This record gives sequence, structure tokens and C-alpha cells, in this order.
Amino acid sequence: MPISRALNAGLRRALETDDRVLLMGEDIGPLGGVFRVTEGLQKDFGPRRVIDSPLAESGIVGTAIGLAMGGFKPVLEIQFDGFVFPAFDQITSQLAKITNRHEGGVRMPVVIRIPYGGHIGAVEHHQESPEAYFTHTAGLRVVSPSNANDAYWMMQQAIASPDPVIFLEPKAKYWQKGEVDTDKPALPLHASRIVRRGTDVTLVGHGAMVTTLLQAAALAESEGTSCEVIDLRSLSPVDYGPLLDSVRRTGRMVYAQEAPGFTSLGSEIAATVMEKAFFALEAPVLRVSGFDVPFPPAKLEGTYLPDADRILEAVDRSLAY
Amino acid sequence: MTPLDDPALVRVLAADGTMAPTPAAERYLPLIDALTDAELETFYRDMVSIRAFDVQATNLQRQGQLALWPPSFGQEAAQVGSARAARAQDHIFPSYREHVVTRIRGVDPLDIIRLMRGLTHGGWDPTDPKNGNTHIYTLVLGAQTLHATGLAMGLVFDGKSGSGDPERDEAVIVYYGDGASSQGDVHEAMVFAASFQTPEVFFLQNNQWAISVPVATQSRSPLYKRGEGYGIPSLQVDGNDVLASYAVSKVALDEARAGGGPRAIEAMTYRMGAHTTSDDPTKYRTSDEEKAWAERDPIARMRAYLEGRGAPQQFFDDADAEGAALADDVRVRTNELGTIPRVHMFESVYSEAHALIQEEQRWLDDYEASMEGGAQ
Ligand SMILES: Cc1ncc(C[n+]2csc(CCOP(=O)(O)OP(=O)(O)O)c2C)c(N)n1
Repeated sequence: MPISRALNAGLRRALETDDRVLLMGEDIGPLGGVFRVTEGLQKDFGPRRVIDSPLAESGIVGTAIGLAMGGFKPVLEIQFDGFVFPAFDQITSQLAKITNRHEGGVRMPVVIRIPYGGHIGAVEHHQESPEAYFTHTAGLRVVSPSNANDAYWMMQQAIASPDPVIFLEPKAKYWQKGEVDTDKPALPLHASRIVRRGTDVTLVGHGAMVTTLLQAAALAESEGTSCEVIDLRSLSPVDYGPLLDSVRRTGRMVYAQEAPGFTSLGSEIAATVMEKAFFALEAPVLRVSGFDVPFPPAKLEGTYLPDADRILEAVDRSLAY
Repeated sequence: MTPLDDPALVRVLAADGTMAPTPAAERYLPLIDALTDAELETFYRDMVSIRAFDVQATNLQRQGQLALWPPSFGQEAAQVGSARAARAQDHIFPSYREHVVTRIRGVDPLDIIRLMRGLTHGGWDPTDPKNGNTHIYTLVLGAQTLHATGLAMGLVFDGKSGSGDPERDEAVIVYYGDGASSQGDVHEAMVFAASFQTPEVFFLQNNQWAISVPVATQSRSPLYKRGEGYGIPSLQVDGNDVLASYAVSKVALDEARAGGGPRAIEAMTYRMGAHTTSDDPTKYRTSDEEKAWAERDPIARMRAYLEGRGAPQQFFDDADAEGAALADDVRVRTNELGTIPRVHMFESVYSEAHALIQEEQRWLDDYEASMEGGAQ
């Protein structure tokens, strides 16, 4: 099924299994959200479990904090990446810190779903990758599925988590289909995963970038280079085990992300891998990112966003060391 | 169905175009009597032209020429009345649907097309005199109400309002929606505006729906009453009545300009089309509702009024032709729009040179050159 349906099925199952779960967001009721991820849920669970909120992101997150204090498990939808910032204070100064502030006495099982990333040719504020703001904030967990099965299971795992989870949905992939095993999850929420085996270079990324990495790996193969591809899945915490194992085998890593490169998740991962696997590396960990400019007008997004060619260019550079 | 019977409601023209002022409209009648035929005709032509443009833009989106289009269809009277009430020296802060407001102030409609085509994030320079002090669209809901308030605070600090000279005094008008009214920014804007007694008009177009969420979900009381809570004199107007919209805006702007502090206007109107071309209103609203509002169409109402005053058929034909010409012109020029050079992305991020951006730009140039070289 497509990723958007898998998310819908995951939400549905969470609503069925735990009556403290509730959904809240702009236009998530009769409309089913602007991406239709919540389609049909209000009809089946009613307007008190699936709430069309007023148009106020700070309000959505701030009230969810109170709801969580009252024992609910709110799952929030932010309509687009660029509209999470009116809620930024509530997320970073409040939601992230409440458990710590209460010395563990109050939990914040809140999930914030954010459709993120480019490739949809949209207007300003609709194509951004704000993950680093959240991974930089202690107290938040940040995850991003890249396929339907993960979408289905990670959604339920995120909802079951007693901590706040920022759930980044690669909106460009909502319609990408994949198999879903509804019996059991393949992996825990915070595991990274090797999606393609290879011996020469390790390619790492998350969300929509995983597809691009696989394209790059296929192209590299036709040129005789074998790439391993790792889907990060969890952006905070990062599961370094598979990354380090892989790098110890290949000796090379290229990290790719849509977000701008400066002080980004890629910066952190590159630094950590260099610290922990320095003697295994044949080349520095290279990063392929969006540029350090505001996400450009749609007609330039193809130039801005890393594509398979830009990843291959980094692969070549890595191999040249 | 939205009641339009609040005692504060200002309406001059009934839906059938006859003069039928509400009690609240009485004080505005002299202003309306003073309007010349030419002015009345301009209101009508503005509305007809922008609707033709709007339909054209919607079609262009359907044909893949634009990423998105937010139609203004149905909201023409609220926009034309308020924009025509502003003086040349006033400052305008639109949201993202005020196509005719920007046109009246001199912005080229193609600039909006370029924005929605993904060629720019803005498209025009508010400080260029040809754009009539009109700021660019803001897509983050409500954010512009604070910017407008800040600019209006500056007018107070600079003594550019309340000097007693209406030819020189300046005011600000800011547009936002019923949905945007729920944003904290709008609340804070009103707090600042009231604190600093800014020369400012908050012009809320209540088109009854955010995207799929009706205004009743966002507010239990009429939205204009919120202004009163901040000490801002506020009223409701029939936003589909261009005369009423003009009159209340003119009085509010004049008072604000003269130093009377902020004013708030809630224009009751209706978004007759979809929220944007990505939206499907059949999922959340009824055709009965749409029909009832179509009967309050602002253009039909003004047309009936003008016919009642004896405007000849030729005038209406000319207005239609003017709209068709605008729509054609926009289509032709849209098809001629090229792309943008990649340097555009790096150009205006900072005002002064920035090492990282320069390095990335150089890298991209080399990279693109190597790709072109490789392809040969
Ligand atoms: C802060 C923010 N949140 C969400 C959105 C997405 N969005 C765009 S328009 C819209 C509805 C706006 O309704 P309203 O303010 O009534 O204005 P209208 O579009 O009806 O003119 C929404 C939810 C946004 N642009 N900004």
C-alpha cells in the first residue's frame, strides 16, 4: 500500500488499541488532512478522538501538552514543515523539557507528525527539512520512515513511546507503494537498517533521500562501484551500530540530506563516525546537502536538492582519496 | 448558514442591488452619496477584471503552468472596497489572496503568477513607487499582522500620522482571514496596535472557511468582537457589498490616519471556489451553502445597482472586454515566462558577502560545468 495509507492504517490501529490516543490538527477531520493521511478516521472514531483544531500551531502543541498531563496520548498533525515554527516555542522549550523538569514524574507521550521535504514543486514554506532544529533539542525523539512498512509500524511505536516524538513524513513519497506486514514490526523504532548491501562505499540518509541513495547505488553499480545503503530511520537517537559496522567494511561514507548542510544532522553524523571509526576510514565522511540558502522557489528545487548525480560525485570524490 | 443580521452589520446594497441600508449603515450614507459615477464604475470594473484574471489563473494552474492558485472568486467586493478606500500614501499588507488589492495599488498581476509558478518567493518590491506601498504576500498565516503593526508603530514614532494633515498622514491596512484569526500572532498584533495606538486597520475577510474548518469551529462569537476586547473599535460589514466595504474602510482609515488609533473590520464574505487548486471543497461543504452565497454574488449585486441607475449595456460589455483583455495578457505573458538562473538562489540571502554561500556557489558552478563538460 502507499505510505500515506500505511500511516493511516497505523493511526487507525493505534486508535483502536488505546482509547487514550487522540488525533488533533488542522483539517484532519472531514477533509482527512491535506494529504489525506487521516482520511476516514473522524468518521469512524468521532470528532473527540479525531479533532479538527483551530488554525493555531502553538495552540495545537501547547494544548497537547496539557492533554498529555491529563493522561491522553495526542498525535498531532502539522500541515506542512514550514508551519511548525509558530509552535516552536511550545515544542522546544516546553514539550521537550517537561519530563526533565518534573524529574520523570510527568511523561509527554505526544507525537508530532510533520510532512516534510521537497520534490513537490510547492510554494514557500511547503518543502523544508527542519529536522536539525529538533534533533538539536534534548528531550525530543525524531524519526522518519522511508517506506510503507516502516510508516505503519513506526507510527504505532512512536505513539506507544512515553516521550515526545517528532515524526517526519517524507511527503514526496506519500504515494510510493510498498508491502506492509501487519503481524509484527521488523525493527524497533530507533534502529537504523541496511537496505542494500555493498562493499565499496556506505551511503546513509533518511526519508525520501533513501530512494535517491538507492538510485545512486544502482548507477554506481553500473560503473563498477558497490554501494551499501543505510536508512537511518531514527534521527534522534541515531543507531550508529550498523553505520559503524558498514564503514569498517567499506572504509567510506557519504551522507545525504535535503536539509542545508551547515550544522545539520549530517554534520553530527560525519563527526561521530570520524571519531569512532577513524582508523577504518579510507576517506573523510562526505556530506551531500541542500545549500545553505532558504529553500528556493520551486523552479530551482531540482538544483537545490541533492540528486543521484550529486551523490555519485561525492562517491567518486571519496574513492579518489 | 451564516447569519448576516448582527446589529453591527453595515450593508448598503441588498443582494438584488437595491439600496437597503442597515441601521448601522446610516452614518456612512453621505460618503456613498458623494461617490461619482466614475468611481462607482471603477469599483465594478475592478471586480470584473480580477474575476476574469482569477479564472484565467485557475485554468493556468490546471494546465500545469502554476504550482498552485488561491482563488479570490467571490471576495472581490471586500477587497475592492477596502483597497479603493486607501490613499496613495497608505501601506498595504496583504495575506495571499488579495489579488485585486495589489492590482489596484499598481502591482503587475504577473508578479503574483510568478510567485505561484515557483519563480520567486515574493515578486515585487514594496518600496518601488509603482507598487503603491504594497507588501508581498505572506504564506505563514497571520505573521503579516505583526509586520503591519510594526510599520504602523514606526509611523507614530516618525510623526507620520495624526499630524492633522490628511494629505500627508499615513495609515496601514492589513488583510487576514477567519482562520488566521486563531493564530497567536494576530492576538499579539492587536495587543501592540492598541498599546501604541497605531494608525492601522485590521481588515479580516471572513470567507467562512479556513480550509475545511468552518468559522464556527474557530470562534463562538463574531470575530469583529475580538477587536473590542483589545480596545480597538470594531465593526462588521457585508463584504459582498462593495459600497459598504468602501465606506467603512474609508472611515476607519481616515480615523486611523488622523491619530485615532487602530480599527478592526470584519468583512463577511464567501470563498466561492476551492481554498486553493489543491483543495476539494465537496468533502466538507454543501452545494446548498454554495448556492445561497452565489445569490449574494458581489459582482451581480453591483451590476444590478448600476443598471438601476441607468448604466448602459455598453458599459458592462466594456468592463467584460477589459477583463478578457487582462486575462489574455496574463496568459500570453505567463507562457513567455522563462526559468530562473541558479545564481538567484544565492543572490539575496545576505546583504553582505558570506563565505559559506560564496563557497557553495563556486562549488555548484564547477559541478555544473563538469556535468556539462562530461556530457559532451
Ligand atoms: C501558520 C500556518 N499554518 C497553516 C497554514 C496552511 N494553510 C494555508 S491557508 C490555510 C487556511 C487559511 O484560512 P483563512 O485564514 O480563513 O484564510 P483564507 O484562506 O480562507 O482566505 C491553512 C490552514 C499556513 N499557511 N500557515
